[in-house]
Amino acid sequence: MSTAQNLIVENDDAPHSFRRHPSRGEVMAEICAQLDAFRADDAQVIRGATVISKDLSIDSLAVMDMIMELEDRFDVSIPMNTVAEIHTVDELADTILKLAARR
Amino acid sequence: MGLFDRHAGLLDAYRDVRTTGADPFQIRMERVLSPTEAIINGKKCLTVGTNNYFGLTFDPSCMQAAIDAIQAEGTGTTGSRIANGSYSEHVALEEEIAAFYGKKHCMVFTTGYQANLGVISTLAGPDDFLLIDADSHASIYDACKQTQAEVVRFKHNDPASLDARLRRLGDKPGNRLVVLEGIYSMLGDSAPLKEFVEVCKKYGAYVLVDEAHSLGALGDNGRGLCESAGVLDDCHFIVGTFSKTLGAIGGYCVSNDPDFDILRVTVRSYMFTASLPPSIVASVRQALKVVKARPELRKQLWDNVATLYDGLSAQGFKLGPEHGPVVGVHLPDRMTAIGFWRAMLDAGIYVNVAVPPATPNGVSLLRCSLCAVHTKEQLEHMIEVMTGIGRQMGVLPPKLRAAG
Repeated sequence: MSTAQNLIVENDDAPHSFRRHPSRGEVMAEICAQLDAFRADDAQVIRGATVISKDLSIDSLAVMDMIMELEDRFDVSIPMNTVAEIHTVDELADTILKLAARR
Repeated sequence: MGLFDRHAGLLDAYRDVRTTGADPFQIRMERVLSPTEAIINGKKCLTVGTNNYFGLTFDPSCMQAAIDAIQAEGTGTTGSRIANGSYSEHVALEEEIAAFYGKKHCMVFTTGYQANLGVISTLAGPDDFLLIDADSHASIYDACKQTQAEVVRFKHNDPASLDARLRRLGDKPGNRLVVLEGIYSMLGDSAPLKEFVEVCKKYGAYVLVDEAHSLGALGDNGRGLCESAGVLDDCHFIVGTFSKTLGAIGGYCVSNDPDFDILRVTVRSYMFTASLPPSIVASVRQALKVVKARPELRKQLWDNVATLYDGLSAQGFKLGPEHGPVVGVHLPDRMTAIGFWRAMLDAGIYVNVAVPPATPNGVSLLRCSLCAVHTKEQLEHMIEVMTGIGRQMGVLPPKLRAAG
């Protein structure tokens, strides 16, 4: 359904290290899964460049709730101040990877 | 792009709302008759959406105290306490609230909104961490916009979610301030405060509880959830309002911290706004006496909560998770909620309508708030009216015929 999900295959870590060091593919796949319900229509494909609040039909509160789900999935906290600076799916993935790497 | 263009989406939604023939956000109370009745659209209506939990807006002793204060000291203070000085009554009110909680210090604000906004944004500074419940009131979210601390949101009423977020902070330097509410204003549910306090203790976090909707309603002395949960001493800061149970307007924060008073010269929403007028201070002081002297009002309130909550629940309405002075009735969508609200108003019952984005999880609600002086007859009539509208609008299944 989404191109980003296909990335899982090319760059996957061993399952046991998932929590500490998720791969970019895993993070992208999880973001796509979380955003799936907010696609503008069935034909829409979520990509790295997708602007979350503009290209999808999701309000700011739902964005924050989705971020809480991602936080628990990858065991990181994304401060609200940082959320305000995230626009695209790529930027969200970068933030999660950066925070996960810092643990 | 014009200044108002960015509100285009909201304007469209608002236009939809008004197609029902009434604007729930600009309702006019032509005359307020009592804590439970008002004239709206030329008609006497039962009011079940005023947060007037003890019905003290018309308490004769509170009204008289306000009248006496106006005659003695005039209508307003015309300035902030920092610039114009405090009246003796401001100081007396602060001492009485501090004593009510058994805390050493109290600061009074001009509104509850300003109390949360100023205290929360100032307590948590640069390099600190502010942790807030996802369903927090707008005043708490606005404090997050003002603070220089890092803000992290945890899942509503979920101590494990808070625990995970405090754990992730690890050994980063900086204070942790956790903000909770006694009773949440949309669905009337209480925080699992004892469990939250345990988590905060484990990580050495400060606890701030907003008792806006629980003052008077909870605890043997009406102090709120901090009292009923038995954690008064573990709550470092308690914030509340005079605009609900105490029937006026204003906010407060109490604490035992020895340096608490420094907030008087650091909290901007305290320093740069006019202080409460003498009449309000006087009626609030009297209302606090009434709360202490008449615990039966608390019992009456909860009896009324049970009548409305259990009555609506028995008819098949989907409600908030537990009994509370606020009873939130879930409706499937925004337009159904507005239509239902309008039909109730036509039938002479005023409640609040709450729709996204003002509600958690995008729910559409009829928000009812109980008053100790609602009568059982008034509430039974309301249940009957709502059941009728619910069936007519297809929110409830049609009436079952009695067997045989």
